[in-house]
Amino acid sequence: MASGVKPRVKVPKSAAAGEAITIKTLISHKMESGQRKDKEGNVIPRSIINRFTCEFNGQMVVDVAMEPAISTNPYFQFDATVPEAGDFKFTWYDDDGSVYDETKSVAIA
Amino acid sequence: MKYKAITAIAALLALPMSAQAGPDDDKLVINGEIEMVTKTAAPAHLQDAMDEVMSGWHFRSDETQAMEADDFDNPGMVFVEKALGAWETAEGSEGKSCADCHGAVEDMAGVKATYPKWNEEAGGVRTLQMQMNACRTERMGAEAWKYDAGAAIEMEAMLSSVSRGMPVNVAIDGPAQATWEKGKELYYTRTGQLDLSCASCHEENYGNMIRADHLSQGQINGFPTYRLKNAKLNGVHSRFKGCIRDTRAETYSPGSDEFVALELYVTSRGNGLSVEGPSVRN
Repeated sequence: MASGVKPRVKVPKSAAAGEAITIKTLISHKMESGQRKDKEGNVIPRSIINRFTCEFNGQMVVDVAMEPAISTNPYFQFDATVPEAGDFKFTWYDDDGSVYDETKSVAIA
Repeated sequence: MKYKAITAIAALLALPMSAQAGPDDDKLVINGEIEMVTKTAAPAHLQDAMDEVMSGWHFRSDETQAMEADDFDNPGMVFVEKALGAWETAEGSEGKSCADCHGAVEDMAGVKATYPKWNEEAGGVRTLQMQMNACRTERMGAEAWKYDAGAAIEMEAMLSSVSRGMPVNVAIDGPAQATWEKGKELYYTRTGQLDLSCASCHEENYGNMIRADHLSQGQINGFPTYRLKNAKLNGVHSRFKGCIRDTRAETYSPGSDEFVALELYVTSRGNGLSVEGPSVRN
């Protein structure tokens, strides 16, 4: 349904063991709230990303439930501690059932 | 509790700042590598009016300023990425893409800095969007894009992004001079029930507040601009239209001769500032 959806993630390529790194994520999405009406007065159906998760080597880092009041192109920034080398897996869940994901590897420097 | 404490501190910090509307002295460096000229001596034709020209970036809050300093944080770059796809997509009856003639996007560095520009063949001044549409209709056999709408503004932002850091340098003499004079006249003409010209706010009162907002010099080196208030890229002509509407006048249309002339004149007021688009403003 939603068009032009593209996830983007910024994660440092390497980190010291135990270091807290800053992760930035952004997904382009119109986040239609379901409250608006079109010119003819019909309700524009809700179409949002309703959940965002980040896992590190299979362990959950953040799990966010998202609501219709969140603006277009939702952006998340958070810190995560990196105990060992591994992969961050980011997943966005769309109202229409689509799932978008992105993986970034972090090496231990 | 912690959250409340932070909010309280933020409120305290914000208080002394809210009384001040003038530009700050921060430095803008994009991605830690492109050093931007956001303040410089006024171009010769403007020296009777002001000594220094400065980007609208200086009039925004630290948070908004920071968004522009990193491409990942700059929401305008989402649209730039979309245009990168369009750059390489063949369209129209000729089956050509922009890239087929122009090559890599990086080769277009510097183009945005010289527009609006006199076009000999057309016998008039063309904005970048008009030039793009000439390419589309004459060389690609594709339909022209609507002025300042989605695809056109994205492509303009993309072309601007590869010119960032280069000084704006539009020609105002030679064949373009007549158009420039017309733009200058529009700039100083009062319009609307409020009887305001561009100069009333952006030349005589920059640094002051207009109701709850800061008045900048109205420089357009940062266009297309991503505005937080409508979460999309905004074109110069759409911005002109908004300003004229706010004087309670009937406005010209985006793409009209009047706005092309005004764009040339206002761009020339920022000759010497860095190309900044897509910039972030509120």
